[in-house]
Order: sequence, then C-alpha cells, then structure tokens
Amino acid sequence: MEPINEVVSVITPLDRKNVDTDQIISKEFLKRIERTGFGKYLFYHWRHNADGSEVQDFVLNDERFKGSKILVAQENFGCGSSREHAPWSILDYGFNVVIAPSYADIFYNNCMKNGLLPIKLTMSEVEELLANGQKDPYTVEVNLVEQTVTGQDGKSYSFEIDPYYKEMLLNGWDEISLTFQYEEQIANYEKQHQHT
Amino acid sequence: MAKNIIEKIWNQHIVYEEQGKPDLLYIDLHLLHEVTSPQAFEGLRLANRTVRRPDLCFATMDHNVPTRNRDEIKDPIARKQINTLQTNCDEFGVPLANMDHPDQGIVHIIGPELGLTQPGKTIVCGDSHTSTHGAFGAIAFGIGTSEVEHVLSTQTLWQSKPKTMEIRINGKLGFGVTAKDVILAIIAKFGIDMGTGHIVEFTGEAIRNLTMEERMTVCNMSIEAGAKAGLISPDATTVAYLKGRRYVPEGQEFEKAAAHWLSLASDKDATYDTMLEMNTDEIEPFVTWGTNPSMGSGISASVPYAKDFESESDKDALKQALAYMGLEEGAPLKSIDIQHVFIGSCTNARLSDLRAAAKVIAGKKVHPSVTAIVVPGSRTVKKQAEDEGLDSVFLEAGFEWRESGCSMCLAMNDDVVPAGERCASTSNRNFEGRQGAGARTHLVSPAMAAASAIAGHFVDVRELEAVHS
Repeated sequence: MEPINEVVSVITPLDRKNVDTDQIISKEFLKRIERTGFGKYLFYHWRHNADGSEVQDFVLNDERFKGSKILVAQENFGCGSSREHAPWSILDYGFNVVIAPSYADIFYNNCMKNGLLPIKLTMSEVEELLANGQKDPYTVEVNLVEQTVTGQDGKSYSFEIDPYYKEMLLNGWDEISLTFQYEEQIANYEKQHQHT
Repeated sequence: MAKNIIEKIWNQHIVYEEQGKPDLLYIDLHLLHEVTSPQAFEGLRLANRTVRRPDLCFATMDHNVPTRNRDEIKDPIARKQINTLQTNCDEFGVPLANMDHPDQGIVHIIGPELGLTQPGKTIVCGDSHTSTHGAFGAIAFGIGTSEVEHVLSTQTLWQSKPKTMEIRINGKLGFGVTAKDVILAIIAKFGIDMGTGHIVEFTGEAIRNLTMEERMTVCNMSIEAGAKAGLISPDATTVAYLKGRRYVPEGQEFEKAAAHWLSLASDKDATYDTMLEMNTDEIEPFVTWGTNPSMGSGISASVPYAKDFESESDKDALKQALAYMGLEEGAPLKSIDIQHVFIGSCTNARLSDLRAAAKVIAGKKVHPSVTAIVVPGSRTVKKQAEDEGLDSVFLEAGFEWRESGCSMCLAMNDDVVPAGERCASTSNRNFEGRQGAGARTHLVSPAMAAASAIAGHFVDVRELEAVHS
C-alpha cells in the first residue's frame, strides 16, 4: 500500500451518522474479483437516481468538493459488512482520509490495511468541521506524524492513533511480510498446541 | 483470578505479544466464500506465497449462488466469481463445498452443522456474520480481504485485545417470543454501536435456556450492535449438539474435548469491562421499521415520533429512515402491509426456524398480494426439512421452496425485492437497498414472517391459534 502522511484538501462534509457499508458500496458491485476500479460505485445509490442521473443535492455531486481527499462524517462510520470493497471504493474515488467521531471495528481495520487514514475526532470537533465545510469549502491539513488536523483558519485538532498502525501507514508496509519475521513463534505455537 | 471466557480463549491463542503492539493471534478455523476471497488468493499468487494451513480452511459458495436453477448463473461477473473460488481452492488445496456438493450452504450454517465450529476456537471469515459461531463459546469475528490473505499465508492475525462486555438477559422468554426478538430488542435498547471495540458474552437464564440454533441467531446479530464478536459459554447443550458431528472427535477423545470445552465457561466471579442487563418482560415479538437494525419495536407498538428523540441527529436519522421506508410517524406496526416474505439467511434458516414458520402457515394460504419464499440455510437443512415434509407445508400454502444460499438477505443473486415494495424478512440487516435498490426491509422472526405472509400485514403471532396448539 501507498505510504501516507500529509494530506491537504477541501473536506467533503457528509453529515450523516451510522453510514453503513451497504451505502458505501452496494452489493451489486461486489462480484468483481479485482481490488481496483470501485471508485465509480462509491455511494452509488445516494449519488444516482433510479434512472442513472445524478442526485443534485448529494454532497459528492457538489462541484465545490470535486477532487476532495478528505471525507468527514458522523459517528459509527462504516458499520455493517466486512467488505473491504468499502475502503477500496473510498480510496479509488480519491479520498485518502476519513474523519469521524467513531468507526465500526472491521471497517476501521480494513482502512489500516489499505493506506486509508481513519481519524477519530470528538463529536463536537467533527460537528465544527461539518459546519465549516457546509458553509463554504473548507481546507484542512492532515499530518499523521504530528497527529493533527489543522483548518485553513488555523484551528487545530489532535487525534490519537495506535502507534503500530501509525507506523504501518507512514511506511506503507505490507503486514504479511512483517508477520513472516515471527515464523519461529508461529511454528512453536503449532507444535505446543498440536496443530499438526 | 476469575476469568471470563473471552480472556481464556484469547490468552490461549497468543503467539506473540509485545508492549505497544497488537497481539499476534493464532487462528484455528478459516471459513471462506466466493465474494471476499478472490483478491486474497490473487495476492498470494502475486507475492508467490502459499496457504500455510489448508487443513484449517473450509470454503463454500453461498452469496452469489442461484436458488432456483443451479445450472444457470445469468450474470457473467457472478459466474466468474464462483468459478474463481473453485480454481483457487483447487490450486491451493483448500477444502470446498461447491454449489453441487451435498455440504453446500451458507458458510455460517455449515460450519456448526459439520462440527467444524467448536468451543474454544478462534474462527474468522471474510463476512461480518462470523459472530454466529460464538454461540459455541468460540471467538469468531468477521475480517476484510487483506486479513483473509494474512490468515491464508500465516494462520495468524494481529489483533488489539478488545474490551469485554456481559449482556445478561434475566427471566424466561414470554410466550411467542424467540431468539430473534431477544437480539432485536437488545440492539433497539442499547444501540447499533454499543458493542464497538468489545467482545460480548451473552449470559442469564433466558440465554441458558436457548437451544444451539437459537443461540446462533443471537450471536449472529452481535455485529449489528457493533460488537467485534458475541459468544455464549459452552454447557451441556453445546456438548450434546456437537456429539457425533463429522469434524468432532469420537469416543474417549470426545470426552476429553468436552471436558476442555466446559472448562472454558466464564468463572463464576468473572468480571467484564462493561455489564448490561435486560429483563425478558421487556421483550415481545419484534418488527423493525427503520433502516438499521436498532430501529425496531415490539409488535404492539407504533412507529415513533421525531419528538420522542432528544438529539437533532436522532430526529434527522428517524426522518431519513421513514422517508426511505415510506412510513408515517405514529403508524401502528400491525397496519403495515407487506408484499414479500423471505424466510432464510444465516440468522434464521436452520431446521428449527423452518419448523417454526411451517407451524404458523400449516393449512393456510399466502395472502394473494404477497410473494413468499423459503431458502433453507444449507443443503443439509433442505434435506432434513423435506424428510419431515416441511417442503409440502410451504408449497401447499403458496410459498416457493428454493435451493440453499444467502439469497434475498443481500440480493446479490436474482432474489431481489423491487423498489418501493416491503419485505418481512428473517435476515439481519434492513439497510437502505439491502434487498434491492429502493426495497424496504422489516426484520422479524420466522414465526412473525410466516404470520405476515398469511395476513398480508404484520400481526402478533401470540394471537394466532396455530401457535397455541
């Protein structure tokens, strides 16, 4: 995966809570056997009417947010299914960062394996960002090393992230290669537990 | 010191631990299906890696499979995905129950059925409803495709130790109240994300009295409350269910295994990071009216009003949900007409579920404006049901009797609810578009689904004569 550290972009304010994986990427797009090309299907049924035309007032169809790399949403983002197609579609669409007060566990893990940075800010901080972003296009700078999100007006927020995942994201490491360094421990475990 | 079952199983599976890192956890059973595995196998191929323990893997085809005519998968992309699983399992030596295999079924139905699912195991699958297997006292959770690849190549996962939670259900279940109603009531009461970061142990008299199939229904939907996993300590019910199943040891080995399983049960004075409680007198047959599984109420209630909620975001969520569902605030749940009934899914497509539904509909006819289908959870369930004549009961009432698979739970195959129509569904998710773009899902128990198929709208199963006999 691609390393990630600094991202500067206008935020896309998606003012909804409990955004589930079925909305992020609907099941009809899960039949492909590739990891790429899911961006055009992101939030498909929120972006499109039944006849395929664009839903005018959906935030992803707003010209002001085109090219945005940072998606901001309310709590429990990514709840539901384990489909990794969710972070794949978010990344493929062009986002590198999601900011929300909380995430569903599987989605959060899936982000980490793909170089999509899921930032947790407090509920009131996210509400502030959403309000700013909905009023006018609002640019923020995300810095993973510093663990900060800084707005164009200088307002700065700090976030927590597990140091293990932070290092992995900063370096774009392949976790499987790392785990192979523990081959001896795995083999010992199998021996002790008669996993033969 | 007293330990709960979550701590016991977790500690027994730590391969490596170090301050500041997640634990490296050994995985005892890896279940696979066609939708979330192709990119993982491709990753192995690209990196020239192998499957470390194909003997600890088991694959099946469920999400995409047709339930009408097995010979015809019209969608070429779906067909390719099915064929890809066959090729991958052949190439990497992973055991597979393919579409034509007698063991085929929904992955979370066949694991327990075959005895692959056992107490004390760590079990993963690229599917969020892997929590089902927790019913046996296993730590079982859904993973993404990158983690599927990680388990295939290393048989381990890096996992941060989750917090532990006890949800105690006191008392005996009321008449006509099922395991499905219990879990829907828990989610409605405590919220769709109450379990985030936790593994939940369900305890209490009501849980202890459940059969294994009912326990699976409860654990299956732990994920709908955000829990990483849900489980129930093994007891005599667990041991009795497992005895004689294909992958379970026999004779003296079984006695040894059973003693080990029972030792895993939470110690009497075990503690948890969080403890929640609920009494059975709060639980009646449930119906969801919204667009996530926490948006539900007992059948005697009505759709809530926005003014019932305090926060603006909850009021907004209610309005968005009702706009999608085409429902008015204050509408009695019994007044909601339905056009489709789906009895199936990893939540409620086991033999006891089909029996419960059949009991309600026996000798009656499906309402003329309703299309009703039964999709058994596995080929084994289908055969067992046919052996006792349940297929005739359903067919005579006007239900369609299908081949096993995930089917209309997520509508990846042809089993789709049309836009704007309502489905009483025994599945687990009522998200927007889950059963088809624009489709409106109401989650219910098998008995409630069956009763609504006959009436054409929701009814309280407790008022039906058939349930009393």
